[in-house]
Amino acid sequence: MSRQSHVPSSAGASQSSHRSYNTGFVLAALLTLLPFGLAMYPSLPRHLTFMTVLVCALVQIVVHMVFFLHLTTAREQRWNLIALVFTVVIITLLVGLSLWIMYYVHYNMLGL
Amino acid sequence: MSHVVHNETAREQEHGHEDAGSLSLFGFWVYLMTDCILFATLFATYAVLGQSVAGGPSAADIFELPYVLVETFLLLLSSITYGYAMLANHRQDKRWVLRWLGVTFLLGLGFIAMEINEFHHLISEGAGPQRSAFLTAFFTLVGTHGLHVLVGLIWMALLMMQVHQRGLTCVNATRLSCLSLFWHFLDIVWVCVFTVVYLFGVI
Repeated sequence: MSRQSHVPSSAGASQSSHRSYNTGFVLAALLTLLPFGLAMYPSLPRHLTFMTVLVCALVQIVVHMVFFLHLTTAREQRWNLIALVFTVVIITLLVGLSLWIMYYVHYNMLGL
Repeated sequence: MSHVVHNETAREQEHGHEDAGSLSLFGFWVYLMTDCILFATLFATYAVLGQSVAGGPSAADIFELPYVLVETFLLLLSSITYGYAMLANHRQDKRWVLRWLGVTFLLGLGFIAMEINEFHHLISEGAGPQRSAFLTAFFTLVGTHGLHVLVGLIWMALLMMQVHQRGLTCVNATRLSCLSLFWHFLDIVWVCVFTVVYLFGVI
């Protein structure tokens, strides 16, 4: 920690500008309006709508991380990023495996 | 935190504070990561129970997307106004920090008011958390997010008082940064909520 602690910039506290926040806001607004529009006025096949909405959400999360949380791959933020990646792995396992198990439980119980 | 430091002693002190500050920020970040896992368990529960309506109303019956869209924009706007407060903090502009925090607070309050109104509406229609597994999971997930926003608002009010009284000290700057992480994090969780709960429920 002693080497990186000279740099005060951690996520959220680093160099940022009005432009970064404004860009983030415009992108996030578009990525919000598009899925809401698709859900309120269905114009695509259902599975395609589903995929588009999912992709929009994932992209918007990245937009928030980059433009609002100012998460970068800079050395002083290495540990923030490692903690984040670890959490993403845990969440994927937690949610993915829960759904997988419960899906097969439902599937097998229907036979009764 | 890019303060203009005038002499060596002050710089030394500043470094001491910023070391502690960046460590606090990292600690707070780790807390947020554990909070992510808390929300992930609630999302997994919701995803499993989302179809179990027990003959009651389903997601498509009770959700009004235009209403949720307004809520979403209140939270998104509050994220950017908090960003402006952080920029004012970098400029050491106390007055604008307080103004932007005030705007953020009002937007957050609007969000909470809309959510309480939605919950009240659902419960009065007989679609309360006791109605079905789907509604239990819904109220738990969305309610937990709302509770986080409420805690953030209380924190923001206290921080505004502290900034007002003591100014933008190092300690307050660290607190502002921590709340910034918390506030933006809540907006990210809300993106997951409106996608998984409201949009997937209606599609």
